[in-house]
Amino acid sequence: MNPRPYNFAYLDEQTKRMIRRAILKAIAIPGYQVPFASREMPMPYGWGTGGVQVTAAIIGPDDVLKVIDQGADDTTNAVSIRAFFAKTANVATTTDTTQATIIQTRHRVPETPLSAEQILVYQVPIPEPLRFLEPRETETRTMHALAEYGVMHVKLYEDIARHGHIATTYAYPARVADRYIMDPSPIPKFDNPKLDDCPALQLFGAGREKRIYAIPPHTRVVSLDFEDHPFERTKFDAACAFCGATDSFLDEVVVDDKGGRMFVCSDTDYCEKRRAAKAKDAAE
Amino acid sequence: MYVAVKGGERAIANAHALLADKRRGDRGVAEIETRQIDEQLSLAVDRVMSEGSLYDREIAALAIKQARGDLIEAIFLARAYRTTLPRFGFAEPLDTKAMALRRRVSATFKDLPGGQVLGPTFDYTHRLIDFALAEASDPPPPATAPADAASATPRVVDIIAGDDLIEKSPPAENGAPVADVTRDPTEFPAARDARLQTLARGDEGFLLGLGYSTQRGYGRNHPFVGEIRFGEVEVEMFVAELGFAVPLGTIAVTECQMVNQFKGGDGEPARFTRGYGLVFGQSERKAMSMALVDRALRAEELAEESIGPAQDAEFVLSHCDNVQATGFVEHLKLPHYVDFQAELALLRQLRTEYGEQRTEKKESSVLRPPSSDLRTEAAE
Repeated sequence: MNPRPYNFAYLDEQTKRMIRRAILKAIAIPGYQVPFASREMPMPYGWGTGGVQVTAAIIGPDDVLKVIDQGADDTTNAVSIRAFFAKTANVATTTDTTQATIIQTRHRVPETPLSAEQILVYQVPIPEPLRFLEPRETETRTMHALAEYGVMHVKLYEDIARHGHIATTYAYPARVADRYIMDPSPIPKFDNPKLDDCPALQLFGAGREKRIYAIPPHTRVVSLDFEDHPFERTKFDAACAFCGATDSFLDEVVVDDKGGRMFVCSDTDYCEKRRAAKAKDAAE
Repeated sequence: MYVAVKGGERAIANAHALLADKRRGDRGVAEIETRQIDEQLSLAVDRVMSEGSLYDREIAALAIKQARGDLIEAIFLARAYRTTLPRFGFAEPLDTKAMALRRRVSATFKDLPGGQVLGPTFDYTHRLIDFALAEASDPPPPATAPADAASATPRVVDIIAGDDLIEKSPPAENGAPVADVTRDPTEFPAARDARLQTLARGDEGFLLGLGYSTQRGYGRNHPFVGEIRFGEVEVEMFVAELGFAVPLGTIAVTECQMVNQFKGGDGEPARFTRGYGLVFGQSERKAMSMALVDRALRAEELAEESIGPAQDAEFVLSHCDNVQATGFVEHLKLPHYVDFQAELALLRQLRTEYGEQRTEKKESSVLRPPSSDLRTEAAE
């Protein structure tokens, strides 16, 4: 049994070509879920296999990769995926959002605005926005084909009737390029406005469900809402305890067993940069 | 303070080192060899090969060792290795008629050409813990009989088919296109080749439960075990450059042919129908479950009413893969604090609003006496 070296970025070139064809189709039809022959990856389904396959298919030796989970570079799964590409593709990695050419993410869009030179790769657990309203793939594909999205609006309306608000706070459905409704992956709805007219290419990979979809640069992405109940971004009453930011998504950290709480930026790179800038200002 | 998300890299490295240590266990106990796993836990190896869909005993045994005996983890390791292997093409259809039989039983005929062969089976053993096995054992050599090359062992379903009493099996067509569920995403409705492939890789426990449910009325299909046979078959592949098929080697498989309730009408005489199961190695439980579920999934084709989950192809095929299932269930361990935070914020807002509404109501009822309250409302 001889140890066999793996190809650049793990996947063989035929597989990468197959994935790239799916990506091209996804870009050509924004928001449409393209079926692709997802492979078994050396990490479990549900742990980013879709994002990893998309990244493996587009990454080159000169790319600089950033991987985040919950907005942070140092969460265990982000560390594991970054180490995977550092090992199999020998690429440079970074935690700096502006330095990265490819950013693979789970559950967040970075606070720092992205540029046209960057690609954001999302890990997607359930790509189908209609799945929890209709469990059957045969049905949901037909609904997309006919743009029959009434059930989604009914669901949002029922939320309002019951709670006075749309009770979807993450994986908030959005319409892409005035056609397909998509699930932006479980990012908080706080991040939804960043999807609209974004200069970076956004790719979504769902490994277990074998689907790839995309938002090409500068595409219109509208979060679903009603005239009398417009989409609202989650607002925080607190500021980041570390950097004082009031414009970022905040994680709540339990600091003691007496109900003590503190709020800190979920985007660690954004927070660190702000703190460094402050320290520099103070020194000057 | 605020250390929970820091130091991921070191924590992972340390956890993996600890895992390797636990895997080895007490250094005073001899380390298990993969050959021992292959020889003495061979049914575990069979299962890993089957659901890992990779016929490689060495890899499967090593995966079981690496996975500390967790078979689904071992199946996952085999799959992730398999997916990187180059693919040369498709083999010719296996000829299970020509199987070198280790075991062959039929529940539909008392005796039949070639006879019933019990072979190595747990059937008819008393499930009493054999305390003698705690020590080294040296069982006597089993009885043998000379191989009878002349005795044919036709498949039972072929015997039944001779009288036209069972639906025809589509003939094996060399070179005909075959689905490959590892290279094409499953689309619904899925054809029978894709369904059978998915079931062959499917979780034994899940299919066992589904097969069992058909026996208890959730999509009953009146099965008889036409035949179960286990043994070695030759794998052949057609080589275009040579113009003929060449043998690649032999593999051990278990095949189950279920004979099910008949169907007729529409100008057709009544005939039994078929359910089919085929797995690597020896696993009758899996082959039989697969055959039951295969037959159940033909409900639509055979114009039967679908009443049970085992008859629902989208439900069965989308959920029978244990590598997919375990990954997605266990991903709930990953941090979800961003989404949780978003939910928390909304929940707090809803509760605040609820509290405000209650206070308003209370205040209004205190200020206004009940009798005048009614009148005021009527006046309004």
